[in-house]
Amino acid sequence: MSWGERREEKLASLKRTLSDLNVFRREYLRNKTGFFFSLVFPIILIAIFGAIFSGGSSGPTTVYVQNLDNGSQVSTSFISAMNSTNITQMLVVPPNENFSQYLLSHSSSSGIVIPSGFQTSFLEGKQVNVTVYSNPADSTSQIVLGVTNGVINAFNLERAHASAVVGIQSLSIKAQNYKYIDFLIPGLVGFSILTSPMFSMVNISSEYKKTKLFKQLSLTPLTKGEWLTSKVIWYVILSVISFALMAYVGMFAFGAHVAVTGWIVPFLILGPLLFVSLGMLVGTVTKSVESAGVVGNIITFPMMFLSGTFFPVSAMPTYLQGFAHVLPLYYLIDGLNQVMIYDNYYQALADAGLLLILSSVIFVLAIRFFKWRED
Amino acid sequence: MPDAILVASLRKSYGSLKAVDEISFTVKEGEVYSLLGPNGAGKTTTVEILEGLRQRDGGDVSVLGIDPWKNGYELHKQIGVIPQGFRFFDKTTPKEAIEYYARLFNVKVDPIGILKQVMLDDSRNVIFENLSGGQKQKVGLSLALVNNPKLLFLDEPTTGLDAQARRAMWEVIRKLKSEGKSVFLTTHYLEEAEILADRVAIMNRGRIIAQGTPEELKERYGSGKKVVTVSDTLEDIFVKLVGAPMEEVGEIKQQTTTQGPGA
Repeated sequence: MSWGERREEKLASLKRTLSDLNVFRREYLRNKTGFFFSLVFPIILIAIFGAIFSGGSSGPTTVYVQNLDNGSQVSTSFISAMNSTNITQMLVVPPNENFSQYLLSHSSSSGIVIPSGFQTSFLEGKQVNVTVYSNPADSTSQIVLGVTNGVINAFNLERAHASAVVGIQSLSIKAQNYKYIDFLIPGLVGFSILTSPMFSMVNISSEYKKTKLFKQLSLTPLTKGEWLTSKVIWYVILSVISFALMAYVGMFAFGAHVAVTGWIVPFLILGPLLFVSLGMLVGTVTKSVESAGVVGNIITFPMMFLSGTFFPVSAMPTYLQGFAHVLPLYYLIDGLNQVMIYDNYYQALADAGLLLILSSVIFVLAIRFFKWRED
Repeated sequence: MPDAILVASLRKSYGSLKAVDEISFTVKEGEVYSLLGPNGAGKTTTVEILEGLRQRDGGDVSVLGIDPWKNGYELHKQIGVIPQGFRFFDKTTPKEAIEYYARLFNVKVDPIGILKQVMLDDSRNVIFENLSGGQKQKVGLSLALVNNPKLLFLDEPTTGLDAQARRAMWEVIRKLKSEGKSVFLTTHYLEEAEILADRVAIMNRGRIIAQGTPEELKERYGSGKKVVTVSDTLEDIFVKLVGAPMEEVGEIKQQTTTQGPGA
């Protein structure tokens, strides 16, 4: 084949790919489910999580307190000090109530009892304990313990006429003060890049096999490589749109601070390439539409929750962290985090390199096992 | 007249099942050749081998001078196919489907002209999932015509259609024949083969048990031995051949073999 003929064939191949892309785009957008998941769902996702994690104050934690020291000045000061932290709001329970029963009947997991003789002991410098009721399973109990500890320390220093020597200066990991929503955006973008192509391609590849649409297409000059490439291009376009929707809705509606740079582009290309190919591979190697769906879910669901989508992988048990590192989505989300949050481009490059190798291998396998015609 | 299709000793098995068992026939350019047979006779396997969609175990096959399995990509540019139970993208209209195929084949076509040819121009903008069964088959036929093929493979194109839709499809096939196109038609409607086909082959259990023009078959296998009666239809002959006890089918097989392919 001469150079001119090769060039002509490449041009024809490009035309076929774009033509198939156009048909698939139309088919996708005319399907209400596809339209919902590609354009509406990302907005819903970011709106829900944005509303939950945008950093709005949830108000002080209510803490019941039973003052058995007959309203002494020191005990009253202690309660005022707890209130002045703005973290806890103290509600006084009458001394004659059974305190633990009272907490249960008010569905409260935290409470404090100031013992009788509290003021006397404090003024005489004798050891005295306030009792803190807590529920280890409830995170607010830990907050109440911490605040109580802080107030008691302040009282002890006051009693000893001393002042604190060692203090805390709190700084965020970056100059700006980042919120949880900022860390959530890369996770949700990764979630969207995983789910849309995976579910769709698993279904399409098994359904087209069943209805013999692949055979029908094999009777045209369209090649299977061109067909799969057009799907990758479509999901890259969708990923860019959902990324833009999530990032900008997150930034403008919830005040998120994430970096939007050109470094994100490789991840918005490699992610869809990987999951379109993986979805295609699953649909190809399974026997029926039903079994394809089951295998697709077995692969997709662990990735959804264990790759750092909704919470950091470092918060998971060690054995699960090891498992997370074999999930492809982990490297996509980690790469996005490195670019959008940490500005750590070396790590992002390493993630992108790994994704490139992985997606190329799976793309080749998908083409290899995907049959237009039968033996 | 040169041969559009040449098949000699074609074989295909699935495990121990012989789906196609040493069949031979030829289809001449410009003729409508019909492969008749009950379900499971091996018709679809045969037609898929001829279309290059399935690999054969043995025998020689030439379609428009091309080996369909080795050079399927080249062959597909010259043939048109309606597979059995044709399906297409649900949300695509017939006009859009033709435009899509035209771009794939890199040809310029008049979509409305093709839709008129298959009598579907009224539904040009109706999406595929909203078309009737007959209209869907016509979409298949219109797509098979996009690349102006010399040879058309129609695999049970009227199965599941009502009588009116079936007759409309017959009209289109007649028109294609009048334009000089060769048509390879598989069907289990005997009336269809009798009306449309220049020559017919009857297939059963992977073997061709009789072939010739409808008139030849009536003459050869009509009521009584070699006695022609006006009441014999292809259906009578089919029942006689396919529904006959095995011993009798065996006799017929021998008779067919001695006549050779294309008889």
